[in-house]
Amino acid sequence: MSRQDVLVTADWAEKNLGTDGIVFVEVDEDTTAYDGGHIPGAIKINWTTELQDQVRRDILTKEQFEQLLSAKGISNDDTVVLYGGNNNWFAAYAYWQFKLYGHEKLKLLDGGRKKWELDGRTLTTDVVERTPTTYKAKDPDNAIRAFRDEVVQAIGNKNLVDVRSPDEFSGKILAPAHLPQEQSQRPGHVPTAINIPWSKAANEDGTFKSDEELRQLYAEAGYDPNKPTIAYCRIGERSSHTWVVLHELLGYDDVKNYDGSWTEYGSLVGVPIETGAK
Amino acid sequence: MCAAPDQGTALPPNTDLTKETVLTGRVVADGQPVAGAFVRLLDSTGEFTAEVVSSATGGYRFFAAPGTWTVRALSRQGNGQTEVRPTGPGLYEAEVAVA
Repeated sequence: MSRQDVLVTADWAEKNLGTDGIVFVEVDEDTTAYDGGHIPGAIKINWTTELQDQVRRDILTKEQFEQLLSAKGISNDDTVVLYGGNNNWFAAYAYWQFKLYGHEKLKLLDGGRKKWELDGRTLTTDVVERTPTTYKAKDPDNAIRAFRDEVVQAIGNKNLVDVRSPDEFSGKILAPAHLPQEQSQRPGHVPTAINIPWSKAANEDGTFKSDEELRQLYAEAGYDPNKPTIAYCRIGERSSHTWVVLHELLGYDDVKNYDGSWTEYGSLVGVPIETGAK
Repeated sequence: MCAAPDQGTALPPNTDLTKETVLTGRVVADGQPVAGAFVRLLDSTGEFTAEVVSSATGGYRFFAAPGTWTVRALSRQGNGQTEVRPTGPGLYEAEVAVA
Protein backbone atom coordinates (compact mmCIF):
# COMPACT_ATOMS: atom_id res chain seq x y z
CA MET A 1 0.00 0.00 0.00
CA SER A 2 1.05 3.55 -0.61
CA ARG A 3 -0.49 6.99 -0.74
CA GLN A 4 -1.60 6.91 -4.40
CA ASP A 5 -3.41 3.58 -3.83
CA VAL A 6 -5.32 4.98 -0.89
CA LEU A 7 -6.02 8.69 -1.14
CA VAL A 8 -7.97 10.63 -3.72
CA THR A 9 -7.97 14.41 -3.97
CA ALA A 10 -11.04 16.62 -3.93
CA ASP A 11 -10.31 17.46 -7.61
CA TRP A 12 -10.31 13.76 -8.51
CA ALA A 13 -13.52 13.24 -6.57
CA GLU A 14 -15.25 16.15 -8.27
CA LYS A 15 -14.32 14.76 -11.71
CA ASN A 16 -15.59 11.30 -10.80
CA LEU A 17 -18.98 12.18 -9.31
CA GLY A 18 -21.67 10.09 -10.96
CA THR A 19 -19.19 7.64 -12.50
CA ASP A 20 -20.51 4.09 -12.67
CA GLY A 21 -18.69 1.76 -10.30
CA ILE A 22 -17.60 4.56 -7.94
CA VAL A 23 -19.63 4.99 -4.76
CA PHE A 24 -19.04 7.95 -2.45
CA VAL A 25 -19.87 7.17 1.17
CA GLU A 26 -20.04 9.78 3.93
CA VAL A 27 -19.37 8.76 7.54
CA ASP A 28 -19.43 11.55 10.12
CA GLU A 29 -18.86 11.88 13.82
CA ASP A 30 -21.85 14.26 13.75
CA THR A 31 -24.33 11.82 12.24
CA THR A 32 -26.64 14.67 11.11
CA ALA A 33 -23.99 16.40 8.95
CA TYR A 34 -24.89 14.45 5.80
CA ASP A 35 -28.52 15.52 5.98
CA GLY A 36 -27.53 19.20 5.93
CA GLY A 37 -25.66 18.71 2.65
CA HIS A 38 -23.42 16.03 1.15
CA ILE A 39 -21.25 15.43 -1.90
CA PRO A 40 -23.57 14.91 -4.89
CA GLY A 41 -24.44 11.23 -5.25
CA ALA A 42 -22.89 10.22 -1.94
CA ILE A 43 -24.71 7.86 0.40
CA LYS A 44 -24.50 7.92 4.19
CA ILE A 45 -23.43 5.35 6.73
CA ASN A 46 -24.27 6.16 10.35
CA TRP A 47 -21.38 4.88 12.48
CA THR A 48 -23.43 4.69 15.68
CA THR A 49 -26.30 2.63 14.29
CA GLU A 50 -24.80 0.93 11.21
CA LEU A 51 -21.09 0.25 11.87
CA GLN A 52 -21.40 -1.44 15.23
CA ASP A 53 -23.47 -4.20 16.75
CA GLN A 54 -26.47 -2.67 18.48
CA VAL A 55 -26.44 -5.06 21.46
CA ARG A 56 -22.91 -6.29 22.17
CA ARG A 57 -20.01 -3.88 22.17
CA ASP A 58 -18.38 -4.90 18.88
CA ILE A 59 -18.00 -3.97 15.25
CA LEU A 60 -20.33 -5.62 12.74
CA THR A 61 -20.20 -9.35 12.17
CA LYS A 62 -19.43 -10.54 8.65
CA GLU A 63 -23.14 -11.19 8.06
CA GLN A 64 -24.12 -7.76 9.36
CA PHE A 65 -21.48 -6.14 7.14
CA GLU A 66 -22.85 -8.03 4.12
CA GLN A 67 -26.38 -6.93 4.96
CA LEU A 68 -25.31 -3.31 5.36
CA LEU A 69 -23.44 -3.08 2.05
CA SER A 70 -26.15 -5.00 0.21
CA ALA A 71 -28.82 -2.61 1.53
CA LYS A 72 -26.68 0.42 0.62
CA GLY A 73 -26.34 -0.81 -2.95
CA ILE A 74 -22.58 -1.38 -2.84
CA SER A 75 -21.16 -4.23 -4.98
CA ASN A 76 -17.98 -6.17 -4.38
CA ASP A 77 -16.48 -4.61 -7.53
CA ASP A 78 -17.35 -1.01 -6.70
CA THR A 79 -14.68 1.51 -5.85
CA VAL A 80 -15.79 2.94 -2.50
CA VAL A 81 -14.59 6.46 -1.70
CA LEU A 82 -15.04 7.22 1.99
CA TYR A 83 -15.07 10.72 3.40
CA GLY A 84 -16.39 12.49 6.46
CA GLY A 85 -16.22 15.36 8.88
CA ASN A 86 -13.80 15.93 11.73
CA ASN A 87 -10.70 15.22 9.64
CA ASN A 88 -12.00 11.88 8.41
CA TRP A 89 -11.97 10.26 11.89
CA PHE A 90 -15.02 8.12 11.27
CA ALA A 91 -14.38 7.74 7.56
CA ALA A 92 -11.03 6.22 8.57
CA TYR A 93 -12.85 3.97 11.06
CA ALA A 94 -15.18 2.82 8.27
CA TYR A 95 -12.15 2.39 5.97
CA TRP A 96 -10.53 0.07 8.52
CA GLN A 97 -13.73 -1.95 8.89
CA PHE A 98 -14.19 -2.22 5.09
CA LYS A 99 -10.57 -3.46 4.89
CA LEU A 100 -11.18 -5.92 7.71
CA TYR A 101 -13.98 -7.51 5.68
CA GLY A 102 -11.90 -7.56 2.52
CA HIS A 103 -13.33 -4.79 0.35
CA GLU A 104 -10.69 -4.36 -2.32
CA LYS A 105 -11.26 -1.10 -4.14
CA LEU A 106 -11.23 1.36 -1.31
CA LYS A 107 -10.21 5.03 -1.19
CA LEU A 108 -10.25 7.85 1.30
CA LEU A 109 -10.97 11.43 0.19
CA ASP A 110 -7.97 13.44 1.46
CA GLY A 111 -9.22 16.25 3.70
CA GLY A 112 -12.73 14.83 3.84
CA ARG A 113 -15.68 17.13 4.31
CA LYS A 114 -13.61 19.92 5.80
CA LYS A 115 -11.41 20.50 2.77
CA TRP A 116 -14.42 20.05 0.47
CA GLU A 117 -16.30 22.77 2.39
CA LEU A 118 -13.32 25.12 2.73
CA ASP A 119 -12.79 24.81 -1.03
CA GLY A 120 -16.42 25.87 -1.50
CA ARG A 121 -17.30 22.77 -3.51
CA THR A 122 -20.89 21.70 -4.12
CA LEU A 123 -22.96 20.08 -1.38
CA THR A 124 -26.52 18.96 -1.96
CA THR A 125 -29.45 17.67 0.09
CA ASP A 126 -30.72 15.53 -2.82
CA VAL A 127 -31.94 12.11 -1.76
CA VAL A 128 -29.66 9.39 -3.13
CA GLU A 129 -31.07 5.95 -3.83
CA ARG A 130 -29.14 2.92 -4.99
CA THR A 131 -30.45 -0.49 -6.00
CA PRO A 132 -29.73 -3.14 -3.35
CA THR A 133 -27.00 -5.67 -4.15
CA THR A 134 -25.91 -9.05 -2.83
CA TYR A 135 -22.61 -8.23 -1.18
CA LYS A 136 -20.23 -11.00 -0.12
CA ALA A 137 -17.71 -10.15 2.60
CA LYS A 138 -14.53 -12.07 3.40
CA ASP A 139 -13.76 -13.46 6.83
CA PRO A 140 -12.45 -10.73 9.13
CA ASP A 141 -8.74 -10.05 8.68
CA ASN A 142 -7.65 -9.98 12.31
CA ALA A 143 -4.10 -9.16 11.21
CA ILE A 144 -5.28 -5.54 11.36
CA ARG A 145 -7.35 -5.78 14.56
CA ALA A 146 -5.93 -6.03 18.09
CA PHE A 147 -7.79 -7.44 21.08
CA ARG A 148 -7.19 -6.63 24.74
CA ASP A 149 -4.94 -9.58 25.64
CA GLU A 150 -2.59 -8.75 22.76
CA VAL A 151 -2.32 -5.22 24.07
CA VAL A 152 -1.26 -6.41 27.51
CA GLN A 153 1.25 -8.80 25.90
CA ALA A 154 2.60 -6.00 23.72
CA ILE A 155 3.76 -3.97 26.71
CA GLY A 156 7.50 -3.49 26.43
CA ASN A 157 7.95 -5.27 23.10
CA LYS A 158 5.72 -3.81 20.35
CA ASN A 159 5.11 -0.23 19.31
CA LEU A 160 2.09 0.85 21.32
CA VAL A 161 0.94 4.10 19.80
CA ASP A 162 -1.49 6.12 21.87
CA VAL A 163 -2.97 8.68 19.48
CA ARG A 164 -5.06 10.63 21.99
CA SER A 165 -4.26 14.19 23.02
CA PRO A 166 -1.40 14.69 25.52
CA ASP A 167 -3.87 15.47 28.32
CA GLU A 168 -5.77 12.23 27.74
CA PHE A 169 -2.47 10.32 27.58
CA SER A 170 -1.22 11.73 30.88
CA GLY A 171 -4.55 11.05 32.55
CA LYS A 172 -5.53 14.70 33.09
CA ILE A 173 -8.75 14.26 31.09
CA LEU A 174 -10.71 11.20 29.93
CA ALA A 175 -12.23 12.32 26.63
CA PRO A 176 -11.43 14.78 23.86
CA ALA A 177 -12.11 18.39 24.84
CA HIS A 178 -15.26 18.75 22.75
CA LEU A 179 -16.98 16.04 24.81
CA PRO A 180 -18.10 16.09 28.44
CA GLN A 181 -15.72 14.34 30.79
CA GLU A 182 -18.08 11.96 32.59
CA GLN A 183 -16.45 8.54 32.20
CA SER A 184 -16.15 5.51 34.41
CA GLN A 185 -12.76 4.10 33.45
CA ARG A 186 -9.38 4.89 35.01
CA PRO A 187 -7.31 7.64 33.35
CA GLY A 188 -3.83 7.07 31.94
CA HIS A 189 -2.20 4.99 29.22
CA VAL A 190 -0.81 1.52 28.51
CA PRO A 191 2.73 1.32 29.98
CA THR A 192 5.49 1.81 27.35
CA ALA A 193 3.07 3.44 24.90
CA ILE A 194 4.33 6.42 22.97
CA ASN A 195 2.01 9.38 22.54
CA ILE A 196 1.66 10.59 18.96
CA PRO A 197 -1.66 12.44 18.72
CA TRP A 198 -3.50 11.61 15.48
CA SER A 199 -3.75 15.34 14.79
CA LYS A 200 0.01 15.58 14.23
CA ALA A 201 -0.49 13.46 11.11
CA ALA A 202 -2.98 15.92 9.62
CA ASN A 203 -2.72 19.41 8.19
CA GLU A 204 -5.07 22.14 9.39
CA ASP A 205 -7.38 21.56 6.39
CA GLY A 206 -7.75 17.87 7.27
CA THR A 207 -5.44 16.47 4.58
CA PHE A 208 -2.71 14.02 5.57
CA LYS A 209 0.85 15.35 5.90
CA SER A 210 3.43 14.21 3.35
CA ASP A 211 5.07 10.78 3.68
CA GLU A 212 8.33 12.52 4.51
CA GLU A 213 6.77 14.57 7.33
CA LEU A 214 4.95 11.51 8.65
CA ARG A 215 8.05 9.30 8.74
CA GLN A 216 9.93 12.02 10.59
CA LEU A 217 7.05 12.55 13.03
CA TYR A 218 6.95 8.90 14.08
CA ALA A 219 10.73 8.48 14.13
CA GLU A 220 11.15 11.49 16.42
CA ALA A 221 8.55 10.09 18.82
CA GLY A 222 10.48 6.82 19.18
CA TYR A 223 8.49 4.69 16.74
CA ASP A 224 10.45 1.60 15.63
CA PRO A 225 9.42 0.68 12.05
CA ASN A 226 10.91 -2.81 12.48
CA LYS A 227 8.51 -3.79 15.27
CA PRO A 228 4.83 -4.74 15.09
CA THR A 229 2.47 -1.96 16.11
CA ILE A 230 -0.81 -1.54 17.95
CA ALA A 231 -2.55 1.84 17.76
CA TYR A 232 -5.29 2.86 20.15
CA CYS A 233 -7.26 5.90 21.28
CA ARG A 234 -10.51 6.15 23.27
CA ILE A 235 -13.03 4.26 21.14
CA GLY A 236 -10.98 3.23 18.10
CA GLU A 237 -11.80 5.93 15.56
CA ARG A 238 -8.85 8.30 15.95
CA SER A 239 -6.55 5.26 16.00
CA SER A 240 -8.11 4.20 12.68
CA HIS A 241 -6.82 7.51 11.31
CA THR A 242 -3.32 6.62 12.52
CA TRP A 243 -3.76 3.02 11.29
CA VAL A 244 -4.40 4.46 7.82
CA VAL A 245 -1.20 6.51 8.12
CA LEU A 246 1.04 3.67 9.30
CA HIS A 247 -0.39 0.72 7.37
CA GLU A 248 -1.83 2.30 4.24
CA LEU A 249 0.21 5.45 3.57
CA LEU A 250 3.63 4.53 4.96
CA GLY A 251 3.16 0.84 4.18
CA TYR A 252 4.33 -0.67 7.48
CA ASP A 253 3.28 -4.34 7.48
CA ASP A 254 2.21 -5.38 10.93
CA VAL A 255 -0.04 -2.63 12.26
CA LYS A 256 -3.22 -3.31 14.20
CA ASN A 257 -6.00 -1.04 15.36
CA TYR A 258 -7.18 -1.73 18.91
CA ASP A 259 -10.81 -0.68 18.60
CA GLY A 260 -11.56 -1.55 22.23
CA SER A 261 -9.12 1.26 23.02
CA TRP A 262 -9.07 3.16 26.30
CA THR A 263 -12.77 2.70 27.08
CA GLU A 264 -12.03 -1.04 27.26
CA TYR A 265 -8.46 -1.03 28.58
CA GLY A 266 -9.14 1.62 31.23
CA SER A 267 -12.03 -0.49 32.53
CA LEU A 268 -10.15 -3.81 32.81
CA VAL A 269 -9.51 -5.14 36.29
CA GLY A 270 -5.88 -5.60 37.20
CA VAL A 271 -4.08 -4.47 34.03
CA PRO A 272 -1.08 -2.16 34.39
CA ILE A 273 -1.69 1.55 33.81
CA GLU A 274 0.80 4.37 33.67
CA THR A 275 -0.07 8.03 34.27
CA GLY A 276 1.78 11.25 33.61
CA ALA A 277 3.35 12.75 30.51
CA LYS A 278 6.39 11.39 28.69
CA MET B 1 -21.26 10.02 25.05
CA CYS B 2 -19.92 9.54 21.58
CA ALA B 3 -21.48 11.52 18.78
CA ALA B 4 -20.46 15.09 18.12
CA PRO B 5 -22.50 17.23 20.46
CA ASP B 6 -24.82 19.97 19.23
CA GLN B 7 -22.94 23.27 19.29
CA GLY B 8 -25.96 25.37 20.30
CA THR B 9 -25.50 27.95 23.02
CA ALA B 10 -27.39 26.01 25.69
CA LEU B 11 -25.14 23.76 27.77
CA PRO B 12 -26.02 20.06 27.91
CA PRO B 13 -28.16 19.13 30.91
CA ASN B 14 -26.17 18.15 34.03
CA THR B 15 -23.16 20.24 33.02
CA ASP B 16 -21.58 20.98 36.40
CA LEU B 17 -19.85 24.36 36.09
CA THR B 18 -18.25 23.88 39.48
CA LYS B 19 -16.29 21.01 37.88
CA GLU B 20 -16.25 21.60 34.11
CA THR B 21 -14.25 24.36 32.44
CA VAL B 22 -16.37 25.32 29.47
CA LEU B 23 -15.08 27.59 26.70
CA THR B 24 -17.80 29.01 24.50
CA GLY B 25 -18.54 31.90 22.15
CA ARG B 26 -19.24 32.81 18.55
CA VAL B 27 -17.31 32.97 15.31
CA VAL B 28 -17.99 36.29 13.55
CA ALA B 29 -17.03 38.04 10.32
CA ASP B 30 -17.74 41.80 10.25
CA GLY B 31 -19.86 41.29 13.37
CA GLN B 32 -22.07 38.67 11.69
CA PRO B 33 -22.14 35.07 12.97
CA VAL B 34 -20.33 32.50 10.81
CA ALA B 35 -22.06 29.11 10.70
CA GLY B 36 -20.14 26.01 9.66
CA ALA B 37 -16.70 27.32 10.61
CA PHE B 38 -14.13 24.75 11.77
CA VAL B 39 -13.22 25.78 15.31
CA ARG B 40 -10.01 24.28 16.69
CA LEU B 41 -8.89 24.29 20.31
CA LEU B 42 -5.09 24.47 20.61
CA ASP B 43 -3.23 24.05 23.91
CA SER B 44 -0.58 26.38 25.32
CA THR B 45 2.07 24.85 23.04
CA GLY B 46 -0.10 25.30 19.94
CA GLU B 47 -0.87 21.59 19.86
CA PHE B 48 -4.27 20.60 18.48
CA THR B 49 -6.71 19.42 21.13
CA ALA B 50 -10.19 19.34 19.60
CA GLU B 51 -12.29 20.63 16.73
CA VAL B 52 -15.99 21.43 16.35
CA VAL B 53 -18.14 22.98 13.63
CA SER B 54 -19.84 26.26 14.59
CA SER B 55 -23.64 26.25 14.89
CA ALA B 56 -26.16 28.17 12.77
CA THR B 57 -25.58 31.15 15.07
CA GLY B 58 -21.78 30.81 14.94
CA GLY B 59 -21.57 29.16 18.35
CA TYR B 60 -18.84 26.81 19.56
CA ARG B 61 -18.18 25.03 22.85
CA PHE B 62 -15.29 23.09 24.37
CA PHE B 63 -14.88 21.22 27.62
CA ALA B 64 -11.34 22.09 28.62
CA ALA B 65 -9.36 22.71 31.79
CA PRO B 66 -7.76 25.74 33.45
CA GLY B 67 -4.78 27.02 31.46
CA THR B 68 -3.98 28.95 28.31
CA TRP B 69 -5.83 28.00 25.14
CA THR B 70 -6.09 29.28 21.59
CA VAL B 71 -9.44 29.04 19.82
CA ARG B 72 -8.76 29.12 16.07
CA ALA B 73 -11.47 29.23 13.39
CA LEU B 74 -11.18 28.29 9.70
CA SER B 75 -13.95 29.32 7.32
CA ARG B 76 -14.79 30.29 3.76
CA GLN B 77 -14.73 33.91 4.98
CA GLY B 78 -11.21 33.55 6.33
CA ASN B 79 -9.41 32.43 9.46
CA GLY B 80 -8.87 33.96 12.89
CA GLN B 81 -8.01 33.12 16.47
CA THR B 82 -8.20 34.32 20.05
CA GLU B 83 -6.63 33.34 23.35
CA VAL B 84 -8.64 32.21 26.39
CA ARG B 85 -7.20 31.81 29.91
CA PRO B 86 -9.61 30.02 32.23
CA THR B 87 -8.37 30.15 35.82
CA GLY B 88 -10.72 27.52 37.23
CA PRO B 89 -13.97 25.68 36.48
CA GLY B 90 -16.78 27.77 35.00
CA LEU B 91 -18.04 29.25 31.77
CA TYR B 92 -15.63 31.36 29.68
CA GLU B 93 -16.87 33.28 26.64
CA ALA B 94 -14.74 34.49 23.75
CA GLU B 95 -15.61 35.76 20.29
CA VAL B 96 -13.42 34.69 17.37
CA ALA B 97 -13.28 37.15 14.46
CA VAL B 98 -12.35 35.74 11.05
CA ALA B 99 -11.26 37.78 8.05
